[in-house]
This record gives sequence, structure tokens and C-alpha cells, in this order.
Amino acid sequence: ADMCCLQGKSNQFASDRLLIKGGRIVNDDQSFHADIYLEDGVIKQIGDNLIVPGGVKTIEANGKMVIPGGIDIHTHFQMPYRGTTTVDDFAQGSKAALAGGTTMIVDHVIPEPGSSLMEAYDQWRQWADEKACCDYSLHVDITHWNDSIKQEVDNLIKEKGVNSFQVYMAYKDYYQMSNSELYEIFTFLAERGGIVQVHAENGEIIAEEQARMLQMGITGPEGHVLSRPEELEAEAVFRAITIASQTNCPLYVTRVMSKSAADIISQARKRGNVVFGEPITASLGTDGTHYWSKNWAKAASFVTSPPLSPDPTTPDYLNTLLSSGDLSVTGSAHCTFSVSQKAIGKDDFTQIPEGVNGVEERMTLIWDKAVTTGKMDENMFVAVTSTNAAKILNLYPRKGRIAVGSDADLVIWDTDSLRTITAKTHNSVAEYNVFEGMELRGAPLVVICQGKIVLEDGNMHVTSGVGRFIPCAPYPDYAYKRVKARKQLAVLRAVPRGMYDGPVSEFSMSRGGTPSASARTSPTKQPVRNLHQSGFSLAGPPTPDDIPIRPAGRRIVVPPGGRSNITSLS
Amino acid sequence: FVTVRPPALENPGEGVPAFFKSMGSDSPARPRQKFCGMFCPVEGSSDSKTLDFDALSMCRGKSDGRVIDRQTDISQPRKVEIRESTGKEALQNLDDKRSDRLLIKGGKIVNDDQSFCADIYMEDGVIKQIGENLIVPGGVKTIDAHGRMLMPGGIDVHTRFQMPDRGMTSADDFYQGTKAALAGGTTMIIDHVVPEPGVSLISAFEQWREWADSKSCCDYSLHVDITEWHRGIQEEMEALVKDHGVNSFLVYLAYKDIFQLTDAQVYEVFSVIRDLGAIAQVHAENGDIVAEEQRRILEQGITGPEGHVLSRPEEVEAEAVNRSVTVANQTNCPLYVTKVMSKSAADVIAQARKKGTVVYGEPITASLGTDGSHYWSKNWAKAAAYVTSPPLSPDPTTPDYLNSLLSCGDLQVTGSAHCPFNTAQRAVGKDDFSLIPEGVNGTEERMSIIWDKCVVTGKMDENQFVAVTSTNAAKIYNLYPRKGRIAVGSDADLVLWDPDFTKIISAKSHNSTVEYNIFEGTEVRGGPLVVISQGKIVLEEGNLHTTEGSGRYVARKPFPDYVYKRIKARSRLAELRGVPRGLYDGPVCEVSVTPKTMTPASSAKTSPAKQPNQPVRNLHQSGFSLSGAQVDDNIPRRNTQRIVAPPGGRANITSLG
Repeated sequence: ADMCCLQGKSNQFASDRLLIKGGRIVNDDQSFHADIYLEDGVIKQIGDNLIVPGGVKTIEANGKMVIPGGIDIHTHFQMPYRGTTTVDDFAQGSKAALAGGTTMIVDHVIPEPGSSLMEAYDQWRQWADEKACCDYSLHVDITHWNDSIKQEVDNLIKEKGVNSFQVYMAYKDYYQMSNSELYEIFTFLAERGGIVQVHAENGEIIAEEQARMLQMGITGPEGHVLSRPEELEAEAVFRAITIASQTNCPLYVTRVMSKSAADIISQARKRGNVVFGEPITASLGTDGTHYWSKNWAKAASFVTSPPLSPDPTTPDYLNTLLSSGDLSVTGSAHCTFSVSQKAIGKDDFTQIPEGVNGVEERMTLIWDKAVTTGKMDENMFVAVTSTNAAKILNLYPRKGRIAVGSDADLVIWDTDSLRTITAKTHNSVAEYNVFEGMELRGAPLVVICQGKIVLEDGNMHVTSGVGRFIPCAPYPDYAYKRVKARKQLAVLRAVPRGMYDGPVSEFSMSRGGTPSASARTSPTKQPVRNLHQSGFSLAGPPTPDDIPIRPAGRRIVVPPGGRSNITSLS
Repeated sequence: FVTVRPPALENPGEGVPAFFKSMGSDSPARPRQKFCGMFCPVEGSSDSKTLDFDALSMCRGKSDGRVIDRQTDISQPRKVEIRESTGKEALQNLDDKRSDRLLIKGGKIVNDDQSFCADIYMEDGVIKQIGENLIVPGGVKTIDAHGRMLMPGGIDVHTRFQMPDRGMTSADDFYQGTKAALAGGTTMIIDHVVPEPGVSLISAFEQWREWADSKSCCDYSLHVDITEWHRGIQEEMEALVKDHGVNSFLVYLAYKDIFQLTDAQVYEVFSVIRDLGAIAQVHAENGDIVAEEQRRILEQGITGPEGHVLSRPEEVEAEAVNRSVTVANQTNCPLYVTKVMSKSAADVIAQARKKGTVVYGEPITASLGTDGSHYWSKNWAKAAAYVTSPPLSPDPTTPDYLNSLLSCGDLQVTGSAHCPFNTAQRAVGKDDFSLIPEGVNGTEERMSIIWDKCVVTGKMDENQFVAVTSTNAAKIYNLYPRKGRIAVGSDADLVLWDPDFTKIISAKSHNSTVEYNIFEGTEVRGGPLVVISQGKIVLEEGNLHTTEGSGRYVARKPFPDYVYKRIKARSRLAELRGVPRGLYDGPVCEVSVTPKTMTPASSAKTSPAKQPNQPVRNLHQSGFSLSGAQVDDNIPRRNTQRIVAPPGGRANITSLG
């Protein structure tokens, strides 16, 4: 029944040369019929009647779709947690990714608060280089903030190929950043060309709600979702957008889990904010009703933050916004724990390690929920599973596109495949699968990673450790073109006035006074207000452009516009 | 002086039908005309129409055939006929002519729900009778209203008279401030007690009481601001609610390191407020961002008043409003947003109300009447006079927008946030805008501005005008129907309103002591002709007769129906339930002792508000039950006891079901 057949004529194992014949190439902008010739892990030729060397392995696609390999922009493989690690390490996790048609993952480096970002980054690099079966890249999470962290962030951007950093608005007294710190981080990253990712939940209110739930005697996983209502997610998204807009910094909201959070993002995009939303496999595929399951272990396996919404219409809504372009990219936030690890929180839901699976199911699930239902077409599917992620991370067109010169990460997609998701057959080590029992249409038939076939006929041929680190350059055009233009636009100007020379009241400096900001000085970069929002000029209409700003401290005897008389009423 | 209104267009109606031009808006581009398109009231026309209707429907049976005669020629001095009793009548009346008895004849009574023609008789500061042909004692002073509107005196829900700020005091004290209020038709003010952090709430409250009792000319009440948070404050709040008649508390999301509270503290304050049955007021601006922006702006060398508005963009206001709505929803606490200054903040409130949140928005005179373009004035003193927080929006279409939302009910009450400082006091910040004392005038202008911007333009009718200037405030703060309504038994705080009265607002003629009036040069239509406070005439023919110290403190009870009916129903609704499960008996992973975040480390000050009567999620928002309806919901959960055969069979952790 398999319509693809291999016609390896020479040494199948050594050859990096591969020809895909008769496929329909699907990029995010168009689909067309052409053959693809791959060599050395790169796409060398695209077209009809290609002239290729002899002895090339050929895949007959028979008109099936050939799409750029998926990019899972959010994973937590091998994540340390209180002395244990998530059960899927980079080998297992990236294998699951490849099995689902994802040929690149972007993992989160999470330094312990107080420790060095650079050391944590090196540690993650080491783990991933040893084990990853596919290309990968890294986000770095900023879990605390001071001048040395700032220096490290600078180095990571300039030398280590990291251009995205996540901050947390939740996890009070642990990862959580204050608004002032967020402002400083956003300002700093906007200046360096980085992308700010944000875990958006109001940690202060969560802490209060958690205490209340436990006091009421609710200790099971349902307490997790009850203490994190979706409003708190929406509130934090709103706040993050406000700060990003103030600092003119591109914003990326990880894990959009609820309707209201997604609504805030789409409203902000309509107002012109540069903000990207990332729903994850779990929020697109399932809902939070399972938190009330009688089976503790099953309920606990759904625990993730922000939680899955108990509103069963949420997945459909998020799929719609993903299709309309209001949400931009999809990740999995794959971060799996075994039941015995989850059981750390058996008497207290706040202790349950958080995370769900989804790296393997991501592409199939979106195909089933969004493409087969007619919400999006195949090109949009490529955009949200691969291309947009590549653009945001500045990997485009090396990743996320089928074009000459791009990496040979391809998937031959079978739209007719129908299979049932179950923990019995999935590639993750976890005992539970949050999509257990779902019947999904659409699946990868052949997966090619780095020019090699890693999945065919349902068999995987992965090699641990072949995955390369892909550095991400700062100032991705996709996010920064608009930001740069806005930066040029708005220069704030003071009003030139005569010096005030009237009487001055006595006052005490005991309070009020200068706003004492945090000791760390804010970088002097000038974010601008979003001029999309209103038609008036912030520079103030009455100021003629040619009048220079009065040098501070120098008294002007005849100020421009004549001496102002403070006692006159006009 | 550049007035608020740009010069008139040469041909106002060009290209656009006249009725579009003037319908429901007060576009500054449109010249003010006495006789313009079909929707602009021709002098006196609308009035006689509505009055005729009222005369037919409400005043039927009037036998004396008295013609309700309006004074239409405004060129003549405004007059009302006030007759003193004379001769024999005076002898019959044992009191002197300062009698508290007052009869108003021939007025059109305007409440928030309806208007009707009737006479009113007042005695001892209370409305005793309403109706036709009242039987009143002899020797009563009579006011002939000649069919003019008689409405409940305004309530200014937000004033800051005599407010201390770094050793200075805002320019208008309780005498000057309440005098200005009365001159504008406002017969009650609610002032804010601002305790310095570290000072007891009660002693600050008593200080304010002392100031106000000795000077206030009209009735007043007090909000108390929460400027810091610990357990002692909670006890003081309880005492204020139970013994001192306070039912509203303001928290600040701005003023970092001075008044600002964290989200967790706000959560706790709101929980306490809900349990006490009070109203949570919020000054909504993100103080953290404001502090950062202030520093950035100063670093750029911008030190003038324009820096004030540049460092406090309206998004920062909208963000804080959104956050406080979220906290209020979580705690099931009624929320009241003071000083709504921008479109986006107002939009957030309107959206939250649509979702069912119990939230009220208070635009102030300044945000309804002027905009923030003046911050760029070359005249430093003028620019500084506009400094208030949140700032006036530089978007000149803001006032019109806020007036529209006020008219449609999305915003409910109006205050003035009257807190002016004179120029010498402002000059404290002459080299640094962040030091300029904040506050604008507006208590005197409030009612006239709203009449002019909303009623004259056709956005709202006279009843809605009464609602937003008086009745809604009385309802929210549990003063209704003693205040905010003309009814038998209500306080005799009345205003005889003249819709034709026009004046040009100017610092030269206003009652405040400051040198600048932010509405300088604005021409407004509508004003009070006679103001009656506590049953006494305090304004007639433009003359004020106020008595320092005559104002009474009006105590307010908790749990106002207008606000708490919904809150109570919701707190009954949602009781969260745990899921009864078998005990997990599988393997448990070893963990290192490093405490992970997850323990909800609440602030050291323990949350004071933990009572079984818990807030609920807003069930308006979605159709599913949050208690996670299970078939066995009725089975009680046992906390510590091990269930050998749990309902639904023993949970098997290895099964995939």
C-alpha cells in the first residue's frame, strides 16, 4: 500500500544524495510540482527533468505533498527538576519529534536562579550535542536579572547564536520578574535585536489562589487549574504587551492556552503591536476537563502551566485564530514526567512537576484540527508548523522553506493516513499521552533530516548525536523591520521655554519626589510609543522643528517665542 | 490664549449633511452656533416641547391655569422669584426669616428615571412634600421656578481639598473647595483621606474629619486611601467601616515606593474589602513602568510638564485597569476605577462590564472637558496647571469619546479630582516634571461641562445627566435615596438648573484660589440658577451665601445594594470542590530538598481574608461548570482518611484509562 519506494542503486548507506521525484512542493506561499535533488544535507536543485549524478537514491512521491520539516519552537527535553530530569532526553525527544515530521527543535535553557546563563547554556549544548537526532537551537530563559546577567545575555547574542530569551511573569519568588525588571530586560533586548519570550501568568495572584485552594482542602490536580484561571493568563499577556509596546520590543508569548489570552494577542496585533502567539499541541488538541479525572495519575499528566482550559471549546477557537494568522507559530512545550515523578505532588497539586507531551503529535494534530476541517490550507499549515518559526528565529530561508540552498529537512506528508494516538505506541517514555485515544488524520510518510531518510515505512533510522546546533542571528527581519522603522520615527522633544522665575513653594523631600527606580540603571535606549495607535504626533505640534532644545542649566535671556510671563493667564 | 476650540470653519456644512455634522457630537471643528442644523436646539425650542408634553401628561388637573413661562431672553439678568413672607404671614411664623421652610413652585422635577412637574416643600433640611397644591404652613419662603428643571444636587465623588503634599497643602481648603462646589451645583462632596504610609488610618481619618467639620459648607463624606498594607491596616479598615461610616477604600497601582501596592497586596486588600462590604477604588497606572519612563525622559533632558504625559502613556493606564479588573474578578470584589482619563482605559472598563464584572468607571471633569495638548504650552505655569495623574490624554478626541461612554452607561459616575495647586507650589517641579504636585481643578465646572458636552449635544437626556452627576454616585456609595433623588424624605439638596445659562469659564471669576483654570476660555451652556443645600438657599442670582462649617459628615453603610446584590449572589453560587479519588499508592520519585517555587510562598504578612465565603469565577463568561460536575458530586470528600474502596473503584495508576 505504500506508494513510496526506494530505488537505491548504489551504496545506500554512504550516499548523501537523494532525489525526490513527482512530489508537490508546498511552501508557505505556494504549492507546485517539481523534483528535488538533495546532496550533503542541502537542497541543490528543484525543477523538472533534473540532471543528477548516477547512483542517486530516488524517492517516488507520486504526487504527495513535500513540505519543509516542522520546527518545534518550544521543547523541554532532559530538563532538570529538583534532582530528577524529564523522562524524554534529547535522544528520545528528538526521535519522537522526527517520528511526527518535525526536523528541528528549539529547546529552553533554564538556568537556576543565581547561576550563570553561560554555564547553563554550555550544559544544554553538551547534552544536546551528545544526543540530539535532529538539528536544534536554544532559547535561554532569564530567571533573574542583574548587570552580570546583562553581560551574559549580550555575549549569548553576539557569540553563541541565541536570539531569544524567555522571562517569567509567574512562579513567584522563584523565576518571576517584577514589572521594572521586565521593562529593563525588554529595553535591553530591543536594543540588541533579541526576541522576548514571555511565560504569561500573574504569579502573585496564583500564589494567593493556591494558598486558598489548599486551605479549602483541594489538593488534587483540579486545584492546579482552579488556582490558575484563564483571566490571570490574559492579564499577564496584556501587561507584557503594554511593556513591550512601551519599550518598542518584539514580543513572543509562549504557550497560549486560553481564549482570552489569544484574544488579547489578536487585539494587540490589530493595534499594530509586534507580538507573536504560540499555542501548543496540548492547547490545540485537548482541554482541561481531564483535571477532574478520578484517575489521579491521568489527571496529573495534564498538569502544565498555564493550564489547559476547562472550556471544551477552547481548542477549536485557538485553531481558528491560528488559521486566521492571529496566532503565529506552534510548539509543543514537550516536557514529560513519569507518573512517579508527577506523584511528588500527590498530596499537594502545587508540587506536581509541570509539563505535557506533544512533540510527536504536533503536526498531525494541527493537520487534523485545522486543515481537514477547512480552517486553513496546506500553505498556512506549513507557515504555522515551520516557516513562521524560522522567520522569527532568523533561520529563514535555511529552515522553513523548500528552496535551493535550504537545508534538506523535508517531510512527505500523507493526508490520508489515519491513526490513533496512544501511549502504547508513542515514542515518548512517558506512561501517559494527553491525546490518548484520539483518531487523527494526516501523518508523515517519509521524513528526511539533514538529507537522510530517518522515517520510512513506519521505521525510524535515527542516529543519536547527529543533530547540529543552529545559531540564530539577532535582528530577525520578520520581527525587527517594523521595530526599526518605529524607532526612527519617534524622537521625543522637550518644549523650549523661558526659565520659570516666579516664587517657589517650600516643600519637604520626605516623600514623593524623584521616582526611585531600581538601582540597576536602565539602558538609555529610546523605545517609542506605537504610532499606529493614534494620529497625533507625540513630538507635540507647537514645537517648530528648527528650534533647538535649550541646553540644560543655561539660562536663556530671550527665549524663543518671547519671554514667558508666568503671571499672565494666557 | 489658545482656547480649546479651534476657529470656526468658514462653511461648516460643506459637503456633509448638516444633521451628520451636529448629531451627537461636539466636534471641535464645528463652530458653536446658536441656531444651526436641525439637531441643534433652537433657543428654547426643545424645552417648550418637552414641557408641553409634561404639562399634558403629568400636570393634568392643574386648575389654576398657571402658564409655565420660561425666561427665554438670556440677555436679561437671570432671576428667580423668591418671595419672603410679609405682614401678617410673617407674624404667624414664629421663626425669623431664616426659616428652614422653603417651597418651590412650578418646577420640573428631574430624577434619574423620570421628569414631572410638581411643587416641593422642604423643612429642616428634608423634603417633606411633593405634589400639586401642597398644604404648607404660612410664612414660607417661596421660589417660583417657572418650569425650570429642578434636580438633585450634584455629588462630586472625588475631591482632594486641603490635601497635604510634601509639606504643602493643595490650594483649596474645605471652605474654598465646598464653596466652589456649591457654586457649580454640587451639594455634596466625597473627599479622599490620604494617610502618609506609616500613619494610622484612623488618626488620618479623624484629622480629615476635623478639617472638614470646621470648614466645609456642604455635606461631605470620606474615602480612605490604603497607602500601605499589613494586618494592622485590616483592623483599622474594619473599624472604619463599622464605626466611622466609611465604605470605600482606594488603592494605588502607581507611585512606586510610596503608595504603590503589589498585586498580591491588592488581592488581599480586595478580599478584605469584599468581606467588609465596601467598594474597592483603584488609582490605575502601572507605577513600575511609569518610574522607568520618568527616568528615561529625564535622561533625555525633557524636564518640563510635557515629560509628565510622555512618561505616563495611556497604555500604562489601560494595563493597570485591566489588571485591577482581573484581581477584582478573582476576589469577587466590586471595583471602582477613579480618574478614567483615556479612551483605552475606558474601553477596558466597558469590555469588563460586558463580561459581567462589577466595575464602575469615574471620568473626571478634566478628562471630559479638555485634553493633554496643553502640556506642550510654552507657558510653563499653564502647562504645569494641567499636571494630574493619570494625565490628560494628548489625543484631542478623548473628551468626546469619554462623554459618549458616560452617556451610554459604560462609565457611570463623575468626579472632579479637584486638587489644584497654585503656581508657586507647582514650581517645586520647575526643573523636574516628576516633582510637580499633581491635581487639577474641576469641582465647580463639573456639572456645567457635562451638561454642555453631553446634554446640549444630544448624547444624553436630562435624566441620565442626573444619574451621572448625582444618583449613581449615591447608589454606589449607599447614600441613596437620602442623596441623589428628589423624593419625600430625601435631603433638601436641590439645584434649579438653567439650560440656557451660558458663561465663559475663567480663573478671573472662578471660586477656586488658584491662578489657572484648565478650562480657561471654554464657553459652557447650562448652569445652576439656585442651589439649595441642607434646605437653605446657598446660591441665588449669582450670589453665594455659604456658611463655613455647616457641612455635616454623612456616614455610609457597607453592602450597598446597587453593588453587592450581584456580588452576594455570585459568592453563593460557586463553591469549589475537590475530586474524591483513591489515594495514590504508586511509586514516588525522590526529590532533592531544594525547594521548588511551587509552594505558594505568599507574602510574609498572612493573607487576612480567608473565609468560607469565597470569591467565584465569573460564570457569565462560559457555560461550563467550574466545579467540574461529576456524577458523585454529592459524595463528601474525606481529607485524611484512607478510602479502601473509593467511589468508582480503585484507581489503578498504571491503567491508561
